[in-house]
Amino acid sequence: MSHYADNPDAIRALVQDKQVHRDVYTSPEIFRLEMKHIFANSWVFVGHESQTPNKGDYFATSIGDQPVIQVRHTNGDINVLLNRCPHKGTKIVIDRQGNTGKFFRCPYHAWSFKTDGCLLAIPLKKGYEGTGLEETQNGKGMKAVGAVQNYRGFIFARLADEGISFEEFFGESLSSFDNMVDRSPAGKLEIMGPPLRYMHKCNWKMLVENQTDTCHPMVAHESSAGTAVKLYEELGLPADAPKPPAMEIIAPFMSPYEMFEDMGIRTWPNGHGHTGVHHSIHSNYSAIPGYFEAMCETYGEEKAKQILGENRHNTVYFPNVMIKGPIQTLRLFIPLAADKTLVESYIYRLVDAPDELTARTAMYNRMINAPTSIVGHDDLEMYERAQEGLAVDGLEWVNIQRLYEDDEDFDTEAVENGTTERQMRNQFHAWVKFMTMDMDPKAAPAREAAE
Amino acid sequence: MTVTKDDLIDFIYEEVRMLDEGRYDEWLALWLPDGHYWMPLDYKQTDPLNVTSLMYEDIFMLKLRVERLNGARTFSQKPKSRCHHVIQRPFVDEMNAEAGTFVTTTFMHYVETRLDEQQLLALTARHEISLVDGKLRIANKRVDIVNCDAAFGNIQLLP
Repeated sequence: MSHYADNPDAIRALVQDKQVHRDVYTSPEIFRLEMKHIFANSWVFVGHESQTPNKGDYFATSIGDQPVIQVRHTNGDINVLLNRCPHKGTKIVIDRQGNTGKFFRCPYHAWSFKTDGCLLAIPLKKGYEGTGLEETQNGKGMKAVGAVQNYRGFIFARLADEGISFEEFFGESLSSFDNMVDRSPAGKLEIMGPPLRYMHKCNWKMLVENQTDTCHPMVAHESSAGTAVKLYEELGLPADAPKPPAMEIIAPFMSPYEMFEDMGIRTWPNGHGHTGVHHSIHSNYSAIPGYFEAMCETYGEEKAKQILGENRHNTVYFPNVMIKGPIQTLRLFIPLAADKTLVESYIYRLVDAPDELTARTAMYNRMINAPTSIVGHDDLEMYERAQEGLAVDGLEWVNIQRLYEDDEDFDTEAVENGTTERQMRNQFHAWVKFMTMDMDPKAAPAREAAE
Repeated sequence: MTVTKDDLIDFIYEEVRMLDEGRYDEWLALWLPDGHYWMPLDYKQTDPLNVTSLMYEDIFMLKLRVERLNGARTFSQKPKSRCHHVIQRPFVDEMNAEAGTFVTTTFMHYVETRLDEQQLLALTARHEISLVDGKLRIANKRVDIVNCDAAFGNIQLLP
């Protein structure tokens, strides 16, 4: 029986100031409602424009549980269409990417559609004459999402036809995307290869929360980062000798609590936030010859220093994406079920920057984000243990009160101590907002009566 | 020492046995110091550096990986994983006796298990082998998983 549908009071009751009820992670009904409300009403990341550079290029992905296609239209625009034939429901494309030419053609009955979704042709169309097909939703063509925005190459979509604007949804948080793109002397990023795809048997929000959880690296990752430091010390290399790459990438995870406290956390309205306001684990990477010079040529020395001096750690965009500006990485937490999440980790090249930067980004991705990563292994272990542990009855709340302050206002930007859980609270504040914004309490009793 | 085809084939069999029996110190000793263990992410991937791989690890990383397995706070290895290889007879693709360099290709099935989970991966391993001071050593190893682009949970040991 349904308890939460069209019941905003029941949804609000799941999120208190300092704790959230386990149902937000474990309930299949809550998961279905998240797909229907949060993923429909917010702006969700789809892909990068360089994944579909030419007319007819497409890329298949999903927004929440909705299969979608990012496609480059004949006029050069990028459209996002729902991946289903309006006729019988067949997915129009099944491969992850390709080129469809000037139109999509359903492989089942050869209905065809322009790359903006409009119906182009139906074989033996006279069979529909006088039947009123053109008046139906099915007769119009492939359904498009409600709105699409290309922000500096990154494609976002809102499924709902009406709702919050892109600018209002993201506000100042777009500064993290700006910094990532500005790091290219050409002001442009380009996708590099396919993403890592890592399956997690846990709720998608556990992964999102972990991105700003600064009290876990030195604990959960002691076995990888701590062992790296130990092995390096045993080598007895002189201090000025080049360090093994693993030391540069993995060892900073062992940084002491003070480092993480001092780095700071910033939160923005609508559930966005980032760690590493003042510095981060990415601050001390070695300089790559020629890069700073190329940046100065584009921006001038002062601006170049300003761009490269901003070393934000993880920026979380509500609901389900995280970027690392200093190493041009994007992680997408794709919800599959209340207890199943697919993580895709993408990397981008800084156009007109030395290749060594791309190589470092690729190295970071495989060392930290891969299913074969000795860092990822311990994270996954924690999430899956949490998902199983939440079954315990009589202790049904998850604690998020670290550095809680009375009267926190999530509608204004704030900078706090780097170990606060304020960003987790900020996400749940947004979670309630987008979950309940189009619920209809009047529908609930009527529906239950009908059952 | 004259290296025969059988020497190379025995070498490959011995290597997977070391991995399956967890004799990692012996396994690390097979490697030349500048070798890399490469596991591509993409089918027929050619570039290990500028696009993502599942693994592209130097000896420091491999030592770290092995050392970590025995750590007191290696949470994802409590309890430990186990693995098992079933291999076809290796193909000897290149034999350059003069240079002491050899290349083999081996098809195998790899099983990794922990708790109630068990996964099966089909692999192609390509070994570059060198004869150094009378001993065969691994110069480089490339492991292609047949469904490399699929979504995986943890792969914790060495396929």
